Amino acid sequence: MSTHFQKKSAKSQPSIPMASMPDIIFMLIIFFMVTTVLREQEIQVRTTLPQAEALTKIEQKRLVSYIYIGPRRLANNQVGETAIQIDDALIEEVGTIRNIMYLKYLEQPRLIVSLRVDQEASMGAVTDVQQELREAGTLRINYSSRTEQPAG
Amino acid sequence: MAGLLKKKREREGGEIPTASMADIAFLLLIFFLVTTTINVDTGIGMTLPPPLEEDQEPPPVRERNMLAILVNAQGRVLIEDQPASIPMVREEVKKHTLNEGADPNYAESIDLAIVSLKTDRQTPYDTYINVLDEIWMAYFEMWDAEARAMGYPSYAAYRDYLDENNIEENAIREKIGAQLSIAEPEGEE
Repeated sequence: MSTHFQKKSAKSQPSIPMASMPDIIFMLIIFFMVTTVLREQEIQVRTTLPQAEALTKIEQKRLVSYIYIGPRRLANNQVGETAIQIDDALIEEVGTIRNIMYLKYLEQPRLIVSLRVDQEASMGAVTDVQQELREAGTLRINYSSRTEQPAG
Repeated sequence: MAGLLKKKREREGGEIPTASMADIAFLLLIFFLVTTTINVDTGIGMTLPPPLEEDQEPPPVRERNMLAILVNAQGRVLIEDQPASIPMVREEVKKHTLNEGADPNYAESIDLAIVSLKTDRQTPYDTYINVLDEIWMAYFEMWDAEARAMGYPSYAAYRDYLDENNIEENAIREKIGAQLSIAEPEGEE
């Protein structure tokens, strides 16, 4: 390597060695691959989203916080009682949502709460969560839904 | 380039050119950058009302200005106490909002027109979203029509125009504001 380099520089045409370029780029790729955290939460409730047409996109992903509402996933593809999940924990008591969401609101005042609700859930559960959100002051919500598939 | 290669080959014998490795790596990087789709969350955006004060009374609304849509536990729809179907909601909302006092059963003016959506606690979420979707589509269509009247191809184009010129005031939303009231559901679990 060093003899090779000397030979080149002797020819009065100094050039940057290009051979290390791919190594640098691969190193960059690997660095980003390693540091990128795909936070994969285990969602313990089933959320088959409803379909809708009047959709808006949320561009600022960092503002979004998710609340999952749906029947609990059990073993053998069974589903159980309707449950609420925030981050990676199931909520036992609905009344605790206001505290959790208020803390999130303090961190990010422009928080958008995305409600990922199973299409078979009842409005009662959704309303209870919404009342808690009102108390917490996180008023921007988003009913997460899929793009409507054409019928047939 | 060809000359350079030849020179090398003469001097050192067969060797894979490593200069293009960087380009290959870049190409790979760019390919994955372009093909990676980051899931964008889509949904129906809403703003909840702030919590009511203890002694706060709801603002008075004249009956004719409010289009009451009721969805019961079985997912049946009532519009102003008349049985209806979900696809009818869109037309009713448009008729109500753009009535301008013509029909005594609908709103007096666009500013005063309110749509109220009430469900039962047993109502399936799916049905609620379908009805809500129809209501929003009615507003989207009215905004689109308004945008076309102003000379834009669509409401989205008008929004883009506002964003590009940093105009805060949205004249269309100012004219046709979506006044939607979601009532607390009734019934028991």
